[in-house]
Amino acid sequence: MINTFIGNLGHFMTIVAFVSALVTAYAYIQYFKANEIEKASWKRFSRISFYVHGAASVTIALSLFEIIYNHRFEYFYSYSHSSKALPVHYMISSFWEGQEGAFILWIFWNVVLGVILINTNKFWEAPVMVVFALVQAFLVSMIMGVVIGDLKLGSSPFILLRDATVAPIFEMNPDFVPEDGTGLNPLLQNIWMVIHPPTLFLGYASTLVPFAFLIGGLVTKKYSEWIRPALPWAIFSAMILGMGIIMGAYWAYVTLNFGGYWNWDPVENAVYVPWLILVASIHTMITFKKSATALKTSIVLVILTFILVLYATFLVRSGVLGDASVHSFTDLGLSGQLLIYMLFFLFIAIFLAARAWKHIPTSEKEASVYSREFWVFIGATTLALMAFQVILPTSIPVWNAIVESFGGISNMAPPADQIEFYTKFQLWFAVALALLTAVGQYFWWQKIDKKALKDALLTPYIISVLISAAIIVFAKVYDWKYIIVVLAGTFTIVANSVILAKILKKSTFKLAGGSLAHIGLGMVLIGIMFSSGYSDVISINMSGLTYSNSWEDELNKEHVLLWINKPTQMKDYTVIYRGRQKKVVGVPEYVPAKILESTGVVNEAIALEDYKDHFKKGETVKIVLEENDYFKIDYMQNEVMQFSLNPMSQFNEGMGGLISSPDSKIYLDKDLYTYVAAMNDHSDPDWKEDEMYEVAPGEQFHVADFVTYFDGAEVLKELEGYTLQEGDVAVKAKLRILDYDVEKVMEPTFIIRNNQVGKMPVVDEELGLKISLENILPEQNKFVFKVNQYQKDYVVMKAIVKPYINVLWIGTIIMLTGFSVAIFRRFDEFKKMRDKGLE
Amino acid sequence: MKKGHIIGLGIIAIAIVIIMTSIGDASSYESFETALEMKQDGENKAIHVVGHLKKDANGEVTGLNVREDKVSFTFLLVDNEGNEQEVFYNEPVPADFTRSESVVVIGAYKNDEIFVADKILMKCPSKYQETTVQSAGM
Repeated sequence: MINTFIGNLGHFMTIVAFVSALVTAYAYIQYFKANEIEKASWKRFSRISFYVHGAASVTIALSLFEIIYNHRFEYFYSYSHSSKALPVHYMISSFWEGQEGAFILWIFWNVVLGVILINTNKFWEAPVMVVFALVQAFLVSMIMGVVIGDLKLGSSPFILLRDATVAPIFEMNPDFVPEDGTGLNPLLQNIWMVIHPPTLFLGYASTLVPFAFLIGGLVTKKYSEWIRPALPWAIFSAMILGMGIIMGAYWAYVTLNFGGYWNWDPVENAVYVPWLILVASIHTMITFKKSATALKTSIVLVILTFILVLYATFLVRSGVLGDASVHSFTDLGLSGQLLIYMLFFLFIAIFLAARAWKHIPTSEKEASVYSREFWVFIGATTLALMAFQVILPTSIPVWNAIVESFGGISNMAPPADQIEFYTKFQLWFAVALALLTAVGQYFWWQKIDKKALKDALLTPYIISVLISAAIIVFAKVYDWKYIIVVLAGTFTIVANSVILAKILKKSTFKLAGGSLAHIGLGMVLIGIMFSSGYSDVISINMSGLTYSNSWEDELNKEHVLLWINKPTQMKDYTVIYRGRQKKVVGVPEYVPAKILESTGVVNEAIALEDYKDHFKKGETVKIVLEENDYFKIDYMQNEVMQFSLNPMSQFNEGMGGLISSPDSKIYLDKDLYTYVAAMNDHSDPDWKEDEMYEVAPGEQFHVADFVTYFDGAEVLKELEGYTLQEGDVAVKAKLRILDYDVEKVMEPTFIIRNNQVGKMPVVDEELGLKISLENILPEQNKFVFKVNQYQKDYVVMKAIVKPYINVLWIGTIIMLTGFSVAIFRRFDEFKKMRDKGLE
Repeated sequence: MKKGHIIGLGIIAIAIVIIMTSIGDASSYESFETALEMKQDGENKAIHVVGHLKKDANGEVTGLNVREDKVSFTFLLVDNEGNEQEVFYNEPVPADFTRSESVVVIGAYKNDEIFVADKILMKCPSKYQETTVQSAGM
C-alpha cells in the first residue's frame, strides 16, 4: 500500500520552511529598524520564526530519511537511490546521493549555524540573520517542487515514483510498489562517503557566516568591525572545507580506480578554488586586525569566496559541465534557479560594497618590503592567482554555453591532459607559497630589517638545505623540478618549526596555529611531489605479445593479465590470482565465492562446504552486499607468500554495469595500490564445441591444457537432491584436474532409469570447464566424457607504488590542527570584546 | 614608479600568461574529418571527438577488437557527423563500455588509419539518476 502521508508531510514542511525563511528575513529587518520599545518583541518574533524554520527543515530531513529507511519504494527518491540490501550506514549515503538530499543537508547545516550565531552574538544577530534567512529561502526553493503555470520551482524529493516516471504498470495498478530499489551507486558505498558530504556541505554552509557578517557590516556602516566576529568563522570554514576536500581526495584514492587522489576534475576544482580564496581572505583579515591595512582586499575576498561557492554549486549541479566531468550530475532543471541565486547575492554584495567603498578606511602609506603586510599581500595574491588559473579552464563549458546561447558556435574543450596542464602552474605557485610562508612568518612575529632578516633566516636555511640534501640522496630525487619542491617544502617546515619553538617557549600554544598550518603545507607539498611525481606503475605487461602495428609495440601496456592460479612476474613480486571472494557477516576474512550458492533471497547464500570454524556445509549465511566480488591476489617474493590484496568490483545492473575499487598494501614509506580493470564475465558462458574423451580408470589425459587424472568411478547408493528408485543405476566418475599448484576434483554423474540415460554435468567456473559423463563402455572398460570449454577465470590488474603518501596525509592533519588552534584563539578574542559589550 | 605599481603590473602579466596558456592548451571538439585534417597539417594536439559505438542491425556493438592479452583494444566510433573511425585505446575495455550511449574520445590520429585515444569518457544511460522503471524492479 502506498504511504502518501510521509511524502505530504515532507512536502508541506518545505513550504513551511520557505515561508518561515521569508518571514524571518522580514522580521529581522523590522527588529533591526525597530525602536527600543518594540525591539524586544520583534526579537522574540524573529527568533521564533527562525526556530519554526529550523524545525521544519529538520522535519524535511527526517521525512526523507524515513522514506529511505523504511524502503518506501513508492517514492522516486528511495527507488532510485536505495535498495533493500543496503546496510543502515549506507542508507545515510543514499540520503545525499541525489541532489535534493544534498540541498537538504546544506539547509540543515545553515539552520545549525544560524542557531549558534543567534546564541553567540548580540549586536550582529539581526543583520547576519537577515542574510541567513534569505539564503535559506533560496535553498529551500530548490527542493520545493511547486509548479506555477509554466514555471517549475525546485525539484521535490517527495514525489511518488508513479508521478516521476512513465511506466505501463502504473496504468494497470496505480498503487504498484516496486519490490526493490535500484540501489546506491557502488562508488558511494564507502565509509568516507558517509562522512565526506556532510563535512563538505558544512564547509560550504559556513562560508556564509563571514559573508553574512560582511554584508551586516556594510549595511550597518560598521565597515571594519565585522572582521572580528567573522574571522573565527572564516578559519572554521577553511578548516572544515579543507577537511572535506581531503576526505574527498582520500575517498577517491580508496574507492575510485583512476589511480590517485586528485584528478583536476571540474567537480574537484569547484571546491578547491573557493578554498584558496577563503584562505587568502583569512590572511588579509588577520593582517587587518594587526595593522589596519588590507580591509578592501578582505572585503573583496570574502565576497568572492561566497560567490565562488555558489558558482561551484552552479557548475556541478546545473548540468552545464556535461561531457567535461566524470561526475555527471543530471540536470534537474535547476540551472535557472541556481543562476538567479548566485546573481542575486553577487549584485547585492557588489552594490553594498560599491556604495560603501569610499567610506572604507584605507591606509595611505605604502607597505615596506620589510613589513609583514607586504608579504601577506603577496601570499594572498599568489593564492588568488592559483584560484584564477584553475577556475578559468574549468569554466570552458560555461563559456561554450554562453556563446551558444547567443547563437554562436564554440567548440572549446578543457585541456586534454588536465593533470599535466594544472600541475605546471600549481606546482610553482605552491613552491612560491611555501617560501612566502617561511619568510612571512619571521616578519609576523618581529619587526625586522634587512640584516636581522638575514640572520634570522640563515640557520633555518642551512638546516633545510642539509635535510633536503639527505632527502634527495636517500630518496633518489634527481629531477631538478622536484629538487626545488623538496627545498621549498623543507625550508617552510624548518623555518616554521623554529618559529613554533620560539612561540611555545615565550607564550602559549594558542598562538601556534599559523606555524602549524604552514608546517602542514610543507609536508603536503613534499608528500604530493613524491606520491604523484614518483608514482611507479609496476604492472607493466610482459606477455611478449607482438602487435600488428609497430607503433603499438612501443607503447607501455600498464596492466597485466592474470589467469587464475598462474604465477606472473611483476617487478619485484610474483603475483597469483586466486579467485573471487565474498564478505560474509560474522566472518572476519573474505570467503571464497565458489563455496557459496545464492538462495535467491537478497544477501543470502547456502554454504556448499565447511569453512574453518565459521560455518558448516548446508548452513545459510548472510552476505554483506552480494554484488561485491573481492579478487584475491597473492603477492610472493622468492616463492614466499608476502601478503594478499583484495581489490573489489561490483556488478550492478541498475547503475550501468561494473564498478571497481582498489585495495592497497600500506607501508610506512609507501603504498602499493592495485585495482582490477577488467575481468571475466562468466554469468552467461558461451561454451565452445563438444570435445569427447574415452578414458579408462586410472588413466591420465589432457583436458584442454590441464593434466587430468581419471581416478575411477563408483556406483552410488544415494544421490543428493535426487531420489533413486528400484532399478536405477547411478555412477559417479572422479576426475582430478591440475592447474598449476591447485588440484580440483570434478565428479560428473550418470544415471540410468528405465533404459533412459540422465547426465548430470559439472561446471567449474574458475577453470571454465563443463564436463559430463556421456557413456560407459563396459566391454572396453572405458568411460566417455564430454568436455566444453569456455575461458579460464582471469583479471586484468593495475598496480602502482606510491612513495611517501603518508607524508601527505600527516601534513594535512597537521595543517587542519593548525586551523583548529587558530579558531580557538580568534573566537576567544571575539568573545572578550563581546562580553565587554563592545559588539 | 611606486612599488605598488610594479607589483600590479607583475600580477597583470602573470594573469595574462595564465589566460594565454589556458586558451593555448585548451582542447577542442572536432569531428573525425576535421581531426584528420589537423593531423595532416602537422598538428598533433589532443582533441575531443564525441560519438557513439557502431552497432549492427540487432543493436549489438560491432567492431570491438580486444587484444589477446586483454590490456588494450580497438573499436569503431561513429562521430556526430556520421564518420566512422577505428580507435585504439591502450587500456582494458571499461566495464560498461558497450552499454554507453555516447563516447567522448580524447586523443589524436596516429596515422591516417587509426585514432589513438589517451582518454575515454562515457555517458551511460543510468549512472546517477534513474529515469525509467526497469523491469528488474517489477
